[in-house]
Amino acid sequence: MSLLSNTTALLGKELRTEFRSRELLTTTVVFILVVVVLFSFTFDPGSNESRRFAANLLWIAFLFAASLMLQPCFLREQNNDTLSALRLCVADPFAIFAAKLTANTLFLLLTELLMLPVFSILFNMPVFPVFGQLVLVLFLGSLGVSIVGTALSAISAQARMRELLLPLLLFPLLTPVVVASTYVTVGLLDVAPFMEWKGIGFLAIFDVVFLTALWLFGEYLLEE
Amino acid sequence: MKKHALASAVVFLLLGAAAYGALFVAPTEKTMGTIQRIFYLHVSSAWTGLTAFFICFIANLIYVWRREPRWDWLAVSAAEVGLVFTTVVLVTGPIWAHPVWGIWWTWDARLTSTFVLWLLYISYLLLRTLVEEPDRRALFSALFGVFAFLDVPLVFGSIRWWRTQHPQPVVMGGSGSGLEPTMWYVLLFSWGAMLSLMALLLRARYEFEAVRGETDLLQREAEGM
Repeated sequence: MSLLSNTTALLGKELRTEFRSRELLTTTVVFILVVVVLFSFTFDPGSNESRRFAANLLWIAFLFAASLMLQPCFLREQNNDTLSALRLCVADPFAIFAAKLTANTLFLLLTELLMLPVFSILFNMPVFPVFGQLVLVLFLGSLGVSIVGTALSAISAQARMRELLLPLLLFPLLTPVVVASTYVTVGLLDVAPFMEWKGIGFLAIFDVVFLTALWLFGEYLLEE
Repeated sequence: MKKHALASAVVFLLLGAAAYGALFVAPTEKTMGTIQRIFYLHVSSAWTGLTAFFICFIANLIYVWRREPRWDWLAVSAAEVGLVFTTVVLVTGPIWAHPVWGIWWTWDARLTSTFVLWLLYISYLLLRTLVEEPDRRALFSALFGVFAFLDVPLVFGSIRWWRTQHPQPVVMGGSGSGLEPTMWYVLLFSWGAMLSLMALLLRARYEFEAVRGETDLLQREAEGM
C-alpha cells in the first residue's frame, strides 16, 4: 500500500504548495476570462448561434488554460532541484505522477467549476439543469488532459522552448478528448438536452489507456 | 555502393510498373473517370505511411527496453519516411477530391484523422530538435512516439463517431469490397512498389542517421576531454 500512502503524501505537498500562493489558480481563472472576452469579439455573442458554439468555446478555453497550467508542474521541481529528492523518497515513481495528475485534475476541475456560472451568464446557457452530467464530462475530460499533460510536462520541462513545446505535443494527442467531451457538452447544452453516454464511455477508455501507459512508462520520464 | 544502385534500379522499375498498371492496366472507373487512377498512388501511400509509423512505434518500444542508439536511429528514420508518404496522401487527396466532390477538402473522418496523424509525427520530429542531449532526446521521443501511436486508434474512433457530419461520399462509401479484381491487383502491386521505395528510403535515412549519431558521439567525447 506504499503507492497509495506515497501518493497521498505527495498530493498533500502539491496542494499545500499551490494553496500557499494560489498563483496557478488565480492566473488560470483570469486567463480564461480574457479568452472568453476575446471570443465574444470574434462572433456575435447575443445571437442564437452562440448557444451552439458556447460548448466548443468552453472546451477551447479550458484546453488553452490547461496547457498553461501544466507548464510549472515539473518545471517547479526542476528549478528547485527537488526532482531527485522526490525520486529517492518514493518506492514507485508512479506515485509522483499519480499525485501530480490528481492535483492537476483537481485544479482544472476547480477553475472549470468557477468558470461555468460565468459562461452560463455571458453566453446565456442554462447549465444548472444538467449540472451533474456536466461535472461528469468535465471530470473525465480534465482527467484525460491531466494524465497526458503531466506526462508531457515532464518531457517539455527538459527541452528548449518548453512553453511552446508543451501545447504542441499536447493538443494533437488530446484530439480524442476534445472531440468526445465537446460532443457530450454540446448535447447537454442543447435546447433539448441529451446525454451521449457513448462519449462518456469513450472518455473513460481514453483515461484508462493513457493512465496504463503512464503507469508502464512513467518511470523512464523521470530518469536523470 | 553497387548494391545500393541495384536496389534503387529495382525500386525504380517496380514504381514504373505500378504507374503503368495504374494508368493502362486498371479499368477506368465508371463515374469518376480517369482521375480515379490517382487512387493507386493515394491509397498505397497511405498504407505505406502507416506501415512506416508502425515500424517507428516498434523501434520506439525496443529503444525504451534495450537503450541501443540504433533503435532510435531506426525510429526517427521511419517517422520521417512515414511523414513523407502521409504528405503524399494529404496532397493527392485534394487533387482527387476537387474534380470529384467539387471541393478541395472536407472534414471527413479519414481526412481529419490523417491530418492529425501527420501533426502528431511533426510534433515528434520537433521534439527531437528541442532536446540537446542524445540519450535523453532518444528516450523522450521514444516515449512520445509510443503515446502518439496509442493515440491513433482513439483519434480515428472519436473523429469517425462524432466529427463526420456528412454521409460518406458515395464513391468511397464501400470499404474496398466493391473494388473490381483488376483494380485490387493493381492496388496491391502499387502498395508493394511503395513498400520497396519505403525500404530503400528507410535504409538510406538510417545510414545517414547512424553516421550522424556516431559523429555526434565523437564530438561529445572530444569536447569532454
